[in-house]
Amino acid sequence: MAEVTQLIHHYLRHNKKFPHVLCPGCGHGIVLGSLVRSIHQLGLTKDEVVLVAGIGCSGRIAVYTDFNTVHTTHGRALTFATGIKMANPGLKVIVIMGDGDALSIGGNHFIHAARRNIGVTALILNNNIYGMTGGQSSSTTPQDSVSMTTPFGQMEKSFDIVELAKAAGAHYVARSTVLHVKLLDRIIVTALERPGFNLVEALTPCHTQFGRKNKFKTVVDMYKWYKKNALPLDALAKLPEAQRNARVPIGIFVQEEAHSLEDRYVMLRSRLQEGAS
Amino acid sequence: MKASMELQRFELRLSGLGGQGILTLGKVLGAGLAIEEGYEVSQTQSYGPEARGGASRSDLVISSHSISYPKPEQLDLLVAMSQEACNLYYRHLKPGGLLLVDDSLVKQTPTNIYWGLPFTSLAVQKLGMPQAANMVLLGALAHFLPFIQPRSMKKSLERNLSPRFLEGNLKAFQLGLTHARKKYPDAQEQWTFS
Amino acid sequence: MPSKVKKPNRRNERAIFALGNEAVVEGALLAGCSFFGGYPITPSTEIAEIMADRLPRLDDGVFIQMEDEIASLGAVIGASLAGRKAMTATSGPGFSLMQEHIGYACMAEVPLVIVNVMRGGPSTGLPTSPAQGDVQQARWGTHGDHPIIVLSASDVHECLEMTVRAFNLAEKYRSPVILLLDEITAHTREKITLPEPGSFEIFTRIKPSMPPEWFVPYEESMRGVPPMPPLGAGYRFHVTGLTHDVHGYPTSRPEEVQNLMQRLFRKIDQFFYDIQFVEETACDDAEILVIAYGCVARSAHLAVVQAREKGLKAGLIKLKTLFPFPRPAMEKLMQHCRVLVVPEMNMGQISREVKRVNNGRAQVRTLNRVDGQIITPGQILKLLQKV
Repeated sequence: MAEVTQLIHHYLRHNKKFPHVLCPGCGHGIVLGSLVRSIHQLGLTKDEVVLVAGIGCSGRIAVYTDFNTVHTTHGRALTFATGIKMANPGLKVIVIMGDGDALSIGGNHFIHAARRNIGVTALILNNNIYGMTGGQSSSTTPQDSVSMTTPFGQMEKSFDIVELAKAAGAHYVARSTVLHVKLLDRIIVTALERPGFNLVEALTPCHTQFGRKNKFKTVVDMYKWYKKNALPLDALAKLPEAQRNARVPIGIFVQEEAHSLEDRYVMLRSRLQEGAS
Repeated sequence: MKASMELQRFELRLSGLGGQGILTLGKVLGAGLAIEEGYEVSQTQSYGPEARGGASRSDLVISSHSISYPKPEQLDLLVAMSQEACNLYYRHLKPGGLLLVDDSLVKQTPTNIYWGLPFTSLAVQKLGMPQAANMVLLGALAHFLPFIQPRSMKKSLERNLSPRFLEGNLKAFQLGLTHARKKYPDAQEQWTFS
Repeated sequence: MPSKVKKPNRRNERAIFALGNEAVVEGALLAGCSFFGGYPITPSTEIAEIMADRLPRLDDGVFIQMEDEIASLGAVIGASLAGRKAMTATSGPGFSLMQEHIGYACMAEVPLVIVNVMRGGPSTGLPTSPAQGDVQQARWGTHGDHPIIVLSASDVHECLEMTVRAFNLAEKYRSPVILLLDEITAHTREKITLPEPGSFEIFTRIKPSMPPEWFVPYEESMRGVPPMPPLGAGYRFHVTGLTHDVHGYPTSRPEEVQNLMQRLFRKIDQFFYDIQFVEETACDDAEILVIAYGCVARSAHLAVVQAREKGLKAGLIKLKTLFPFPRPAMEKLMQHCRVLVVPEMNMGQISREVKRVNNGRAQVRTLNRVDGQIITPGQILKLLQKV
């Protein structure tokens, strides 16, 4: 416990007024804890870390941390992060977004950040709903589930963030739930260590806005659902094919090496300067 | 050698079809006049879908003094590299303004007072390069316009166009200059400057 | 036969024959711009194209083509926060997309420059034709009450000059600065002389000098402009588009909200004199004053010269600052004139401002053209003769 307290004192802002905005049972705090542990484990300094956040519950996480924090506009966090990283590749740029943030309003920026392999770690906190505005459907709200804007059930199909990131060319794609904290820590550490665009999707429950309307009596039921349905890729492979569809695969989906955009830019510059001299 | 001249406001339009190199010509001519000859020049151009196949136009206002209004109002010289351009812009010539056409392409001039040289067929027949017609025209302009020194235009060619095409372009330029001198030895005396 | 005279400045090594858009690039690089994020759109595209060629040749230059104009300005804000002098360039529809982030830059006080080469609108409008329809959008396009600086240029040299000034003002006041050009100004080629380095004043944002633990990122001061550290320099603070307190933390406490809003306005308002650029021609005894900006100011200049030749007491005020509207500079000149003529390529966007500051002393006549063509000197002269 003492160790946790130390981390809190070191990495969270002392002069920021609490209480925080997150509801009881929300998984966002778990992601924040995981992120802080990962940064600590890697020995990154607070000065070199830039935490860029979008709009929504996830967007409010940044302000509590004692890094360079930029709370941006809805859906556009990756664009700010792209500018920051290109302007100063020495910074460790981490982007926190929600599902509505990253995939609905920011979907275009998301696929392009993945395509251009800009050196940022993108953390998407997927709770399948717009939490802060009161529970409207997002592009990851599962088909048929109920939200304030889909009172008769979501008619549209939802995005699978992992599949989308893969298709857009991301070189590192991983997913965990906030229940699988060790996996979450591990994939965030790996993502932070690697060059280029790294995507980590964290499934996190929103009981207040999603669970209550979709037959989860308590938030604990949502964690239980993760426990039952989220399966590591190797375990999933052992299941009979008919049972796989109902499960949510977690783990590392893509891990490839490639130069980041900012590295390529440095190479371009030296090529041009050689040509000029 | 031509004398340096004081110009009040000389308005020139290069017109033709997209692909004839009108815009490139405008830039080289303008840069030659502005940088090598030291005039003030405002060069504007028609810009849009028409720049890719339809009508194409580059306008220059040339003066020894600073230029306020950048567009031509009444042309001193209209160069038409297509029949359509000739038809369309002839009415913009000021009274006493002069018309120069590519007479291998413009078969019908609205007036009998004009200068004509077959820029395009010269480029095709003598150089085998239809796309060099604009530089043949530039050579001719270096003769027709009393305030242009041929060597300034050659310098401008060197500075503004790819070195890969320089030799061909210089050949085309010389071709135009020679033909213009031969056919219109007195051209420069026909100007009345307001 | 014309007289023989000595040619003016034959072959100046620093002279170039350049488009207005090229001059913008020269001005930006002179001002120290090292980051461009953009999306191609006619008639501003040459700025992006030339930046794409020039910036990677610099030691620290970055050009990035983003997926749209929202992303472009997002990247520019990010780069500016990281300490760069950064800009974007766009036109009509792209400028509309940027409005959200213009507001962010106002609120978070991020220095940056946006060049908007105006084309005919609304919507896709006339992509290749000039217009001046974005003037009030530049002032009020983003939501919420906010101050902003909007400049304009009317010829190729001014494109360079006003781009430098745009960067200086952005850096000095920690504000987005919008430079409004029009298709004609952007696409006219003229001779300009590249200034010697050092011949222009170049202003760079003031960084905090106190130790990080003493740093209060949005602290109140006489100047009203807080010092700005780059990300990663040890001054860890919170940047947000939310209304924030002096620490940058979100707040809705009325007194803190009020303080922020008042400071945002005050930091621009109290330096009116530093931000207003107008150019006078024959104004001293003018009874008829033409007020114009952008390419139309060039038509107006010729019209005023011609009017003087005809014995009319006409003068011209060319606006190089559009907002904050240069009221003090105008009021002095308007006192003794009978008629104010405002020609513009919209249905009357600056004439509103002229009427607002005029206080009914002089008659205001507008001359509006929205057919994608420049207002000619002849049109203006005709009106001058009529009034």
